[in-house]
Amino acid sequence: MLRSSKPFAVLAMFSMLLTATTAVKAEWGLNLPTPVTPIGEEILNLHNLIMLICAVIFVGVFSVMFYSLYAHRKSKGHEASQFSHSTKAEIIWSVIPALILVGMAIPSTATLIHMEDTTEADLTVKITGYQWKWRYDYLDSGFHFYSNLSTDRAQILNEAEKGPNYLLEVDRELVLPVGKKVRFLVTANDVIHAWWVPKLAVKKDAIPGFINEIWTRIDEPGTYRGQCAELCGKDHGFMPIVVRAVPPEEYDAWVAEKQAAMEQAAADGARAWGRNELIAKGKEVHSTCAVCHGADGKGIPNVFPPIAGSDVAQGPVEQHLEVVMNGRQGTPMQAFKHQLNDVELAAVITYQRNSFGNATGDLIQPADVSVLR
Amino acid sequence: MATAETAHHEHHDHHPTGLMRWVTTTNHKDIGTLYLLFSLLMFMVGGAMAMVIRAELFQPGLQIVDPHFFNQMTTMHALVMIFGAIMPGFVGFANWMLPLMIGAPDMALPRLNNWSFWILPFGFAMLLGSLFTAGGGPAGGWTLYAPLSIQGGMSVDMTIFAVHMLGVSSVLGAINVIVTIFNMRAPGMDLLKMPLFVWTWLITAFLLIAVMPVLAGAVTMLLTDRHFGTAFFDPAGGGDPVLFQHIFWFFGHPEVYILILPAFGILSEIIPTFARKPLFGYVSMVLAVAGIAFLSFIVWAHHMFTVGMPLVGELFFMYSTMLIAIPTGVKIFNWVATMWRGSLTFETPMLFAVSVVFLFTIGGLSGLMLAITPADFQYHDTYFVVAHFHYVLFSGAIMAMMGGAYYWLPKWTGHMYDERLGKWHFWTTAIFFNITFFPQHFLGLAGMPRRIPDYALQFTEFNVISSIGAFGLGISQILFVYVVYKCIQGGERATQEVWDNPRGLEWTLPSPPPYHTFETPPVIK
Repeated sequence: MLRSSKPFAVLAMFSMLLTATTAVKAEWGLNLPTPVTPIGEEILNLHNLIMLICAVIFVGVFSVMFYSLYAHRKSKGHEASQFSHSTKAEIIWSVIPALILVGMAIPSTATLIHMEDTTEADLTVKITGYQWKWRYDYLDSGFHFYSNLSTDRAQILNEAEKGPNYLLEVDRELVLPVGKKVRFLVTANDVIHAWWVPKLAVKKDAIPGFINEIWTRIDEPGTYRGQCAELCGKDHGFMPIVVRAVPPEEYDAWVAEKQAAMEQAAADGARAWGRNELIAKGKEVHSTCAVCHGADGKGIPNVFPPIAGSDVAQGPVEQHLEVVMNGRQGTPMQAFKHQLNDVELAAVITYQRNSFGNATGDLIQPADVSVLR
Repeated sequence: MATAETAHHEHHDHHPTGLMRWVTTTNHKDIGTLYLLFSLLMFMVGGAMAMVIRAELFQPGLQIVDPHFFNQMTTMHALVMIFGAIMPGFVGFANWMLPLMIGAPDMALPRLNNWSFWILPFGFAMLLGSLFTAGGGPAGGWTLYAPLSIQGGMSVDMTIFAVHMLGVSSVLGAINVIVTIFNMRAPGMDLLKMPLFVWTWLITAFLLIAVMPVLAGAVTMLLTDRHFGTAFFDPAGGGDPVLFQHIFWFFGHPEVYILILPAFGILSEIIPTFARKPLFGYVSMVLAVAGIAFLSFIVWAHHMFTVGMPLVGELFFMYSTMLIAIPTGVKIFNWVATMWRGSLTFETPMLFAVSVVFLFTIGGLSGLMLAITPADFQYHDTYFVVAHFHYVLFSGAIMAMMGGAYYWLPKWTGHMYDERLGKWHFWTTAIFFNITFFPQHFLGLAGMPRRIPDYALQFTEFNVISSIGAFGLGISQILFVYVVYKCIQGGERATQEVWDNPRGLEWTLPSPPPYHTFETPPVIK
């Protein structure tokens, strides 16, 4: 009994050693990050085990080769023997690898079966990939929101110092309760994306027309960051994922807050808005537009047209509404009527028509937007 | 041998000279040279694109190129290296060496041979030309996944057409290889007496014929989706984006072996020569190559574990992929056994061969890790994968070709290459290669996705190291071009055998061999 468990003890020691070295050099990130989910734990152990086996095989085979390179050199006067086969050796080095593979396949299969079991979830979140942002629908609580990169463009263009979470920060995080089994339904609106958070060990392609399932259970409260993993066009590198795991009570409070905000938004859409509040709100919403058109509305010459002094923002209101709501075919300008509500659209258009030197004096009400839907 | 030489002196060639010689040639040696030089040119072009990629990734933030152009570079780098550098490179070796190795006077279908080559420059003019169209070149990755590639501009159509042309070229080349090997072997050259390079190419040629049409089908469906209202890959019309990936990788995985099997063949020629010992386990080598080729058809979906396959599918593709380790292991063990108790020397070709065995195995073992489905969910689409396939393709296919080039250059040109510079080229290549790609394993594990033009700050250090390695690797290749150029121009005269008692019919011919060889078949003992 003791004898048979010895190799495993050695293996365990090695993988502990490996993890320990990793922890010391955390900022150099040599290994998979320390996971915060049971599946992540299983995968990390599996990864360490397989890597260790590979390393042992590698060292074994190449010790033989390098010994030969050293000892069997012509310059040392080694005479070549002329043997050219050995059935016994060839059988041994086919059968032993086969047995090692079986040994690897068993724990891998167990982990895989565990990963694919999405039953008995406590809550379900639908994740939709867009070029280049994520939408999260809390199906049990009836609200949704979009999550965009919040890193300032100046940082990307090296005009400002980069923050600690450069490219891995968003305006609205995905909030989840710890200790609950969360089922994700993953899909996409335009092209294929992949939703990936390394510390959760969750990666699944988001494919238009398909709904993929995957689950997680986060054990430690905290903020976990990831990125889109499937090439999805120009800004593939700029659609991060941030998950904030909180205790269940805090989660419930957050959900209640979101639901209240939803009701508030519905009420806001029904009333008439004053000039100042529209412009204040519009300035906030403009951050969505600023991704391409800039916070100053100047855009990028020959790539993204300016809003400042543009025909669209100074011409007829209907045309401006049309462009923002329905997008422009064949350009990166998307149809924002799916992403922004009536108030947000009314506010941002009002803001744009009265800022950056545009002085149309127009005031657009949520009701004006609503009739165009 | 004596017959071959006499035959040459009595033979008067009537072929055009100058440029027209190369345009109209049907001679396997000329066409082999064309293929090899074309491959070298494309290697430099694709390498230049890699330099742009690594320069942008040298520091976080956007410095040199915008994300859209960055995506064009990653896409084109892959297409140019795979279809322009590696595949034509191996066809060049096949053209030069197959007839010499099996004692045939030429390839079986010489005019077809000319045509297969001359399609290439036009195909690549089309592909590279797409970079200059409005909106730039294809930017959806070399895998051309739908629906992203549906969004691209005219460049995607040009790429599709170029892929068709390159496919035609490859299939014609493959037909020629098969016909030559089956019909033109010298009397007594039984199948199981053929050099291993011939065997690997025979199997590669069958793979090419099997899968290039599959790729052609996939890109044609893409074309009709783009322009003719079909919806093969568009869910809004009842299509399926994942279908494209299945078709693509049904081509793509055998393609991976198309890129590596001839490299195995080259290693199996070089190692016995410098070990002064016969290849260990010839029959098991042939069986291993055939086994790898067979398995390549049933493992494709391991490239797409994250698309959401059913559990049974994931298990099947995990197990079948793991099986590949067995025949690959056999090959590695056989090479090591070939060196064992030999009388080893380390001229440049041997240095390359030994390092390929060593470095390719790193790529092979990371491939085994990638086969483990649950772990693959963490590795997929990260720099771990980038590191993996550069270990198998650069330090597998490309460095094997370099070794092969040094091995046969004296035969081809009649001059010895500069051994000192060759060794310099080897060491700089091997060292800078590892500086470039080894840190990418860490980057991938730490969570850096592939195909991104900018990255979070925790990835900075390894990206800096990787970029420095890449610049060194790029500069080292200029040395390679110089060594090849110098060897063509002149140098110490090569003997007929070049090396110390090498095996194979090519060494029974003078260096360089006459324009026409083996017009009278040699006698095989």
